[in-house]
Amino acid sequence: MTAIKRPYPTAAAVVRKNSKPPVTLGAIARHIVLLLAAAIALSPGYFMFTTAFKSQEEYIFNKIGVPSQVVFDNFRAAVVDNPFFQWMANSAILAIGAVMISTSVAALAAFAIARMRFPGRGFLLSLSTSLMVIPPVVMIVPLFVLYAQIGLMSTYHGAILIYAGLITPFSVFLLVSFFRTIPTEVIEAALIDGASPLGVLVRVVLPLSGPPLVTLFVVNALYVWNDLLIALIFLPRDEMRTLMVGISVFQGRYNNQIPLTMAGMILASAPMLILYILFQRYFIRGLVAGALKG
Amino acid sequence: MIRTHRLTPYLFVAPMIALLIFIFGYPIVRIFEFSFKQVRGIDGPWVGLRNYELVLNQPLFGEAVMHNLQLLLAVPILIFISLLVSVMLYERVAGWRLYRTIVFIPYILAVPIVAVVLKNVFQFNGPLNTALRSVGLDALALDWIGAPSVALWTVMMVIIWREAGFGIVLFLSRLLSLDEEILEAAELDGANWWQRLFRVILPQMRGVVEFYAVISVITMLAAVFSYIYMIGRGGPGTSTMVIELYIFNFLTRNSLPGVASAVSVMLFLASVVLIFILFRLRSNAMEADLA
Repeated sequence: MTAIKRPYPTAAAVVRKNSKPPVTLGAIARHIVLLLAAAIALSPGYFMFTTAFKSQEEYIFNKIGVPSQVVFDNFRAAVVDNPFFQWMANSAILAIGAVMISTSVAALAAFAIARMRFPGRGFLLSLSTSLMVIPPVVMIVPLFVLYAQIGLMSTYHGAILIYAGLITPFSVFLLVSFFRTIPTEVIEAALIDGASPLGVLVRVVLPLSGPPLVTLFVVNALYVWNDLLIALIFLPRDEMRTLMVGISVFQGRYNNQIPLTMAGMILASAPMLILYILFQRYFIRGLVAGALKG
Repeated sequence: MIRTHRLTPYLFVAPMIALLIFIFGYPIVRIFEFSFKQVRGIDGPWVGLRNYELVLNQPLFGEAVMHNLQLLLAVPILIFISLLVSVMLYERVAGWRLYRTIVFIPYILAVPIVAVVLKNVFQFNGPLNTALRSVGLDALALDWIGAPSVALWTVMMVIIWREAGFGIVLFLSRLLSLDEEILEAAELDGANWWQRLFRVILPQMRGVVEFYAVISVITMLAAVFSYIYMIGRGGPGTSTMVIELYIFNFLTRNSLPGVASAVSVMLFLASVVLIFILFRLRSNAMEADLA
């Protein structure tokens, strides 16, 4: 999804460049819209950052200004009394576990669907793809009853299985459309050298699949990391709380201590914000490709 | 195509089929079954349509459905904002990449974090109302979270604030893939900015806009739980109760899986209708691309 690049400017581009004065009314209007959008997107962040460094007393009379005196007590109180890092570790375990299972299962299936001829493959792909649209809340009641019955409630593997299942239709969809683009000669050559179909997948196809695998990792890990519903229902034990469930508990605990709450939110949003700033390109490309492919 | 043993492909797809049957197939069959049973614990006697009668006669269910439908108003707003900002960015104004990075930040933040921060922004004595009062707009300083008549619209604003980032970036990536020569030809032919927008750009955006519309409809009907749960647990009163929270409460608080299943069945059927619309749009879009 990148612009068509040309080595030289086209005629129209030259005309455009030469005919327009540098500042027009249109350009000003454009900047006003964009500055407004940027301000709206950033202002809650401004509130979060400035408030977190205010004392409780200062916040009462200074709601929107910068802190007159920067205090770090809120962060200390947030970390000391709340296991933020434990919550993050729990979320990371679930995200990594679910992504690994889903990617393995989906890679096998997508390879067969994209590269082998067998009855029912078209049907299988449409069925799997249509599952992407089923809201997760539809599935929770029977899974709740079943999990209570077979002892999967409050287990990491139980929750990982649910997440892996929920993200698999998307994984299959994305990998099928990518595997179809791999040149046939590459695969044929490996087969002639005596590789098995599984060998071709593992040693030839997957090493070529860097971009879609990165996309899958970004989209799916973000989905699991951000989920509240499943974690709330299937991991009720305190020590298994994910970051999102932790946030809901945290918010209830400090109802009127807004600077402390904001310090907690900075801690909670830090991992994803840092990853976004470092790997912005993958986030944008991944999330958009996820929606546009196919 | 790889030539393999007749059964090899099935070995490759078997794990996926097993996983999808476990997480989608089994639960979808069971919600239909449970919805006709009075489930206590793990099973219960058949009760015919009683769960459905109970749900449909409860005013709270109607209220929850109405709230989800009201949230649909966010869809045209999201499309408008996303189109406006993405077209502005497409003009390649100075710093457009930085703008894109900034407007995408809300979408990177997890919904619970967004909800907690914005809930505090919208408090009656919070920063937003303080700012409004300081510029003399006291009449606009509503009780955004605490007033039952306003709370759902506040939730909607929070949803729009976060979800617009995705629409903007999605539309922009479609714009960047447009054939610029058509635009340049239109410009050379003397088409002004508005004509280029309405005659050249927007017609080509149709597919992606329709796709985003369907995705957003699904979000508003069945993926707002985190917002609702974090902002007010359906309150004040029942003013922000939605279908997902209704199911959640019947399952966890009232321990009535049968009733929760009846609602799940209705939500499932609604999403099946949306799947058909989505597939129809997709195949239309593909035909349009080929033509």
